[in-house]
Amino acid sequence: MTTFDIELLVLLPILLPLSFAILMLFAWKNLQFQRIINVVAGSTGFIVAIILFSTIYVNGIQVVAIGGWKVPFGIVLVADNFSAIMILMSGLMGFAVAFYSIVTVDTANEQHFYYPLLQILLMGVNGAFLTGDMFNLYVWFEVMLISSFVLLALGGKQEQLEGAVKYVTLNLVSSMIFLSAVGILYGMTGTLNMADLAVKVKLVENQGLVTVVAMMFLVSFGIKSAVFPLFSWLPASYHTPPVAVSALFAGLLTKVGVYTMYRVFTLIFDINNEFIGTVILIIAGFTMVTGVLGAAAQNDFRRILSFHIVSQVGYMVMALGLMTAFSFAAGIFYIVYHIVTKTNLFFISGIVERIKGTYNLDTLGGLFKKYPSVSLLFLISAFTLSGIPPFAGFWAKFTVALAGFRIEQYLIVGVSLFVGLLTLYSMTKIWNYAFWQDEKQESEVEREFYKISINRKYLLYSPSIFMTVVILLLSFFAGSAFDFAVLTGEQLANPQYYINAVLGVR
Amino acid sequence: MKSIILQTATRYLLPMLLLFSFFLLFRGHNSPGGGFVGGLVASAAYALYSIAFGVEEAKKLLRIEPVYLIATGLMLALFSGMIAFFSFDTFMTAKWSDLNFPLFGKLGTPLLFDLGVYIVVIGITLKILFTISEEVKP
Repeated sequence: MTTFDIELLVLLPILLPLSFAILMLFAWKNLQFQRIINVVAGSTGFIVAIILFSTIYVNGIQVVAIGGWKVPFGIVLVADNFSAIMILMSGLMGFAVAFYSIVTVDTANEQHFYYPLLQILLMGVNGAFLTGDMFNLYVWFEVMLISSFVLLALGGKQEQLEGAVKYVTLNLVSSMIFLSAVGILYGMTGTLNMADLAVKVKLVENQGLVTVVAMMFLVSFGIKSAVFPLFSWLPASYHTPPVAVSALFAGLLTKVGVYTMYRVFTLIFDINNEFIGTVILIIAGFTMVTGVLGAAAQNDFRRILSFHIVSQVGYMVMALGLMTAFSFAAGIFYIVYHIVTKTNLFFISGIVERIKGTYNLDTLGGLFKKYPSVSLLFLISAFTLSGIPPFAGFWAKFTVALAGFRIEQYLIVGVSLFVGLLTLYSMTKIWNYAFWQDEKQESEVEREFYKISINRKYLLYSPSIFMTVVILLLSFFAGSAFDFAVLTGEQLANPQYYINAVLGVR
Repeated sequence: MKSIILQTATRYLLPMLLLFSFFLLFRGHNSPGGGFVGGLVASAAYALYSIAFGVEEAKKLLRIEPVYLIATGLMLALFSGMIAFFSFDTFMTAKWSDLNFPLFGKLGTPLLFDLGVYIVVIGITLKILFTISEEVKP
């Protein structure tokens, strides 16, 4: 491939969703056309992500200087291993959600620009994964947030608006802190290019102020990735929108916060800074515990899952706080496994809702007898989430714990293992109430469900089956996946690779 | 509310405001102005018209559904960035024509991008305006 081809390939994850969104806007009245285009967009996005991933794997870090401006001055897009993995995950999500949306999203929501917004959201997420410029990162965050605001409030039910208000307020506060931190950083160093920042931040005389800025970034990304004590917006909002949106948010949006946390704290700020590492570890511990305890108290399928996102983000942040190459690798593997599993659990909650008409565990029941295949899908994902071998969740938790043992952080490892046990508890709870216990009565919704054509039922199940296959692949080929995560961890632990790739260009 | 003073004034102000918005758009490349503020001024013109004559009249005057404006604007902006692909340059590399036009100066892809922004801003502002001023149907 020529340089031009590779540059184009790095740009495509951003350009494709935008082009498809424009196409959909032109046909905004024709829903059938939009559905088809959305599936096409999801598929091409996934294919491009795979090609990008393999190209990065073969050719190493790729840098694109937008508009041909010289490197520290213009905006750059940087695709390193970590970005490539995340783009691959977002491609996977876009693909699965495209199919899942067809059956689960109401016509009224579809008419209110659901599909174009979905594509714009994916564009924002991909942009945030690819950019190598702090201010540009802020812009992608805004693109992502504004489309997510609308997606969250689509339908306009009371609880949705209630959740959306919390989500919008906290995320705007977070953006404000982020922007202030970027401003201060620019004032200190005179640059916004991340690689250039990585070099220049170390030369700043007032290292105290650098730590302050680091903490501002931590708070800002902490809100976006829902860590303790800033997570309250997540359980308040994630169980309200259409379930396809929930699944997408659960899989991708919080991970963007975690991704930027990894990026900023490995690249720009010194990873050997004891203080930052300790703060992150303390936050991680509290996040894990509060998230899982919150989940234990819930009685709604999606609310339990939402609280679990919080506790799982704790593990990812813990892996970051351990600050070794191995722990980064473990964290990356954790992120990947969690995106797939959590999305699938949300998919299944949507299927259950479709069958029974409710997410409330008290009124659910009898699913195991009537729908053994759905139960099997849930069982695999639930086992994975609670970390039972041989599923991917076990390897993810095992490696994170191992990373902790290696540098003798026994306390946080103990917390993480204990939280794993509690995760099993809430998964058992869902299993007991929704699947195992006897059915109370057949609801009106279920009789409606019988009438749905078999093709539509397959369309409803297929994204979940697809995700389950991915989980199984990730479980049984955990070795090769982890090998790549180790390479990526090495890249993150040695920011010199990234810096050389960006600043060495042209 | 129909005010004859406002309606008469609006008939004169509308073309003035639209002209001013073009002025802002074209001087925006390296002076204060640009597609965004130009688009805002243009949509302010339509907003004024809708206050004076009602939303239905304003929709008639615009002739086109704002969503198409949004799509067109986005497409222009995207296309302006992609022109660079034809000469195998990176996305968004500015391409300038050698001709010097009176009034505008040199034309190039940044102007096309700004024009896209201009249209998107008009589209979005008017979409919001038309939506919130619609009466709630029971």
